[in-house]
Amino acid sequence: MPRNGKSNGKGNGHWMGQRLKRKEDPRLIQGISHYADDLRLPGMLHCAFVRSPHAHAVIRSIDTAPARAVPGVVTVILAQDLEGVGNVPCAGVLPDLKTPAHPPLARERVRYVGEPVAAVVAEDMYAARDAAELVQVEYDPLPAVVDTEKATAKDADLIYPEFKTNVAYVHPLKNGDIAGASKRADKVVKERLVNQRLAPVSMEPRGVVAQYLPGERTLTVWSSTQIPHLLKTQISLMLGLPETSVRVVTPEVGGGFGSKLNVYGEEAVVPWLAIKLGRPVKWIETRRENMQATIHGRDQIAYMELALKRDGTILGLRARIFADLGAYYQLLTPIIPTLTALLITGCYKIPAVDIEITGVLTNKMATDAYRGAGRPEATYVIERMVDLAARELKMDPVEIRRKNFPKPTEFPYNTSTGVIYDSANYQMSLKRALDLAGYSKLRARQKAGWKQGKYYGIGLSTYVEICGMGPSSAMPAGGWESATVRVEPTGKITVLTGASPHGQGQETTFAQLVADQFGLKPEDVAVIHGDTAAVPYGIGTFGSRATAVGGTAVYYATEKIKTKMSAIAAHLMGVKPDELAFGGGKITTKDKKKSVGFGEVVSAAYMARTLPPGMEPGLEATHFFEPSNFTYPFGAHICSVEVDPETGETKIEKYVAVDDCGNVINPLLVDGQIHGGIVQGLAQALYEEVIYNEDGQLVTGSLMDYALPKAVHQPQFVLDRTVTPSPVNPMGVKGVGEAGTIGSCPAVVNAVCDALSPLGIKHIDMPLKPEKVWRAIQSAQTPSPAGKRARAQSRARRTA
Amino acid sequence: MKKDIAINLNGVEHRAQVEPRLLLVHFLRETAGLTGTHIGCETSLCGACTVLLDGRAVKSCTVLAVQADGRSVTTIEGLAQGDQLHAIQEGFWEQHGLQCGYCTPGMIMCAHDLLERAATPTEQEIREALDGNLCRCTGYQHIVNSVQAAARKLGKRKTTRAVAAD
Repeated sequence: MPRNGKSNGKGNGHWMGQRLKRKEDPRLIQGISHYADDLRLPGMLHCAFVRSPHAHAVIRSIDTAPARAVPGVVTVILAQDLEGVGNVPCAGVLPDLKTPAHPPLARERVRYVGEPVAAVVAEDMYAARDAAELVQVEYDPLPAVVDTEKATAKDADLIYPEFKTNVAYVHPLKNGDIAGASKRADKVVKERLVNQRLAPVSMEPRGVVAQYLPGERTLTVWSSTQIPHLLKTQISLMLGLPETSVRVVTPEVGGGFGSKLNVYGEEAVVPWLAIKLGRPVKWIETRRENMQATIHGRDQIAYMELALKRDGTILGLRARIFADLGAYYQLLTPIIPTLTALLITGCYKIPAVDIEITGVLTNKMATDAYRGAGRPEATYVIERMVDLAARELKMDPVEIRRKNFPKPTEFPYNTSTGVIYDSANYQMSLKRALDLAGYSKLRARQKAGWKQGKYYGIGLSTYVEICGMGPSSAMPAGGWESATVRVEPTGKITVLTGASPHGQGQETTFAQLVADQFGLKPEDVAVIHGDTAAVPYGIGTFGSRATAVGGTAVYYATEKIKTKMSAIAAHLMGVKPDELAFGGGKITTKDKKKSVGFGEVVSAAYMARTLPPGMEPGLEATHFFEPSNFTYPFGAHICSVEVDPETGETKIEKYVAVDDCGNVINPLLVDGQIHGGIVQGLAQALYEEVIYNEDGQLVTGSLMDYALPKAVHQPQFVLDRTVTPSPVNPMGVKGVGEAGTIGSCPAVVNAVCDALSPLGIKHIDMPLKPEKVWRAIQSAQTPSPAGKRARAQSRARRTA
Repeated sequence: MKKDIAINLNGVEHRAQVEPRLLLVHFLRETAGLTGTHIGCETSLCGACTVLLDGRAVKSCTVLAVQADGRSVTTIEGLAQGDQLHAIQEGFWEQHGLQCGYCTPGMIMCAHDLLERAATPTEQEIREALDGNLCRCTGYQHIVNSVQAAARKLGKRKTTRAVAAD
C-alpha cells in the first residue's frame, strides 16, 4: 500500500505512529472479557419489557394478572408504579423547541412501535419473557403520523394535540447575499435528496444490570453505554438519588456507533427495580427491541438548490430540510439535524447560504446520533449536488470540485455557515486519490464500456467533517475531556480517561502516547476507563473525539507529571529542571552528562524524604482539556462500479480512500476505523433502510429484513492518507471514527448515478437496491445516444 | 419436564438437567458459565453465537441443548492451549481483525470450520464462508486478513509437525 513518507504519522517518540497490535485483544479473542450480559450477581433477577405493537394508540387497560401467575415471576410494573421517577432526558435546546414529556414507561398513550408499556421481573429470563407475552394490554388505535413531509400539513393528525402541530422547531441559518447569488447565477441546479432512516445495529445490543446495596446506600449500574459519567448524573436525577450514591460501570461495550451515546428509559427502570426489590436486576435487549427501540439515525429530506456560474463557481446554496425526529426525544434528538446545517457547504467556498431545517414529530422511534450524526447527511447532499451541477454544466466532477476548494493558504477557513475549518489541503488528498484510482484510465474504460452496453460508473466524494467534539460553547453538555495520569510507586503508569471506549482501542493508543512522553514502553501503561467510581468525571467517546480531546487531556496530564518529575530529578542531580529529557527509563540532562533513573525519581516522590522543599509528595495529575475549536478531518474517496442493467445490481469494482485525520498514533487502528466507516456509508448507499409502513408498523424489525453489509459484498479497500496536523491540539490529531462513513456514501451513489447517466438517469434515492435501480433503468424515458446504443446492444446480447 | 443431557464441552463432560426448549447458547452461557459465546440476534442471522458441534460450525441460538446431548461442543474458550493462543486467535490479534470484539468469538469459530475444510482458502472463499457472520466494526477487510494469516500459521505448524514426525 503506497504511503507518503510522513503518512504513518510517526511522531518524535518511538511508539507514536507504530502499527501496534492492541492491548485489549487477548481477552476478546479468548472470550474471557465481560459484556453486560456476561455479568452474574448473586440473587440476580431478569427483566423483560412489554412493548407497544401500535404506532399510535390510547392504552385502555392493562391486565397483569396472567403474567404474575407465571412461576418465577416476581413483579410486573406499569407507568403508575414509577411515581416520582423522572422523564428520559434530552440535552438539546433550541429556540421555541416543542419538547414532549418522555416517561420511561408509556402513560395513557403509546406513540411508536416498541415503546415500553410494562416491565416484568422474574427469577430467570425464560420466565420473564413468557410472562411478558401474557401481559394483556387493550389499545384504541389512533391514526399514525408516518410521512415526514405530510406531518407538517395544517390538517395532519397530531401526535401531541397540545402542540397544535407536528413541527417541533424551525431552525434557520442564513448568511451572505443569497438573492444576489440566484440573480447572478447562470444555472440553478435543484434536487430533492433523501437520507433514509438507518438503524445503528451494534452487534451487542443494549444491556443494563443494576444492584443496590442498602447498607452502603450505593446503586451500581452496569450499562452498555458510551457515556458512563453523563449517565450517572442522569440516573441520579431520574431516580432522585444523590449523585454520590450512584456508580456507573461500562463493562466491555460491543459497539455503539452513537446509539449508546444516550440515556434510555430502561436505564432508569432497571435500577429502580433493583432498589425496590432489593436484588440485582438484569435486562438485555433483544435484537427485535434493538431495531424498535434503540435510536435510529439520518431520516432527512432535503430540497437543495445550488446557484452556479457557467464555469462551475458556486455562488450560493439553498436548503430546505425536513428532519424526522420520531415521537420522543432521546439525548440529542432535536440538535442532530442542526449539525447538517453547519457542514452543508462541504469543502467548498460557498459565499451565500439560506438553510432552513424543520424538525418533525412522527410516530416512530427517535432519531439521534448515528455514526456521523448530521454530518453524513450534509456531505451526502452537497456531494450529490456538486455532481449534479457538474453534469448540468458538462464539467468533470473533479474540475468542479477543484474550482471551489479553498486554497491551502486560506486556512483557518471561515465558512458561511459559521464554523472555522482548522487546516486542510483538499487539492492534495484529491490528487492522491485520483492517482491511486487511475482516474483517467477509469474514465477511458467507462467510455469504451458504454459502447459495449456496460454500465461503468465512477463516483467521487471530497469531504470535510466536524470532529474532536468539541468546544464546550458548541456542545449541549460540555465538550471537554478529563484524564488522570498516575505514576505508581513501582514506576508503572495508570491512565484514567473519561473517554470510555467501545471498540476504538484507547487502551492501546493512549498507552503509545504516554509511553513516548515518559520514554517507557506501552506495556508499562494501563488505561482504565468506564467506572465512575475510579475515573474523574468525563464526557465519553463519540463525535470522533476520544483521541483529539481525550488523548489531549492525557497528554497534558502527563506533561504536568513530567514537570514535577523534572523538578525532583533536577533537585536530585543538582541541575536546572528545564534542561531534562525523558527516555530509556531515565531522566537525563541536555548535555547527557548526568542522569537519574525514572524509578529513582518515582521513589523520591513517594518516599518523600528527598523532595525539593515545599513540594507535595506523590505523582498524580489530572487535566480537563477544553479544545478551542473542533477539528476538521477531510479526504477524497473514489468508487468505481459496474451496474448490471439486467438485475439492477451494483458491483463495486474499486474503492480508493485517501483520508487526512492529522497525525496518526496507530495506523493499524486508523485503517480499521476507515474500513468499518466506509462499509457503514456504503451500506447506506446500497442496502440499509428502516421502513415503517403507512400504519407506522416497523417492517424492518429483524436482521432478516434489515440488510446489514456482509463480508462477501465488500471489495478490498485501497487506503492512503495525507497528513495535515490540526493546530487545535498539541499532538496535531483530528479524529477518524466517522470519516469513512461520511466519505463513502456519496461516492457510491455518485458512481451509480454516473454509470446510469447514458440513460438520462439523474438521481436515484438511497438505498440503491437492485429492484429500485432496475426500475429506474426500465423507466428511463430519454436515453442519450450512448445509452440507446448501450441498451440496444444489451438487448442484442440477450437475444443472442 | 426436564431432560438429562451430557455434552462434551471443550473436552470436559458436562451433565445437566435442562428444559427441552433450552437453547444451546443459553446452556453454554447460563448452565456451563461459558460466556465467550455471544448472542446478537437469537434468529441465527448474525453468527455471534457460532460454536463447533462435532467439529462443524453451528449457530448455537438455533440448536437446542438436548440436540447436543452425547455430542462434543467447542467454544471460543476451548481454543487456546493454556497460554498458547490458537493460530486463528493470533491471526485476529495481529491483523486487527476485531474492534468491539462482540462478533469475534463467532467469527473465529466460523473461520475454524473453514480452515478445517480448506487449508488455503482464497479471499473470495473466506468472504463466502463468513457470510453468516456479521461484523459492524471492521468492514471485514482485517477479518479476511486475519483468516489468511491464520491459514499461513496453520500451514507452517502442520509442516513443522510433519517434519518433527519424520
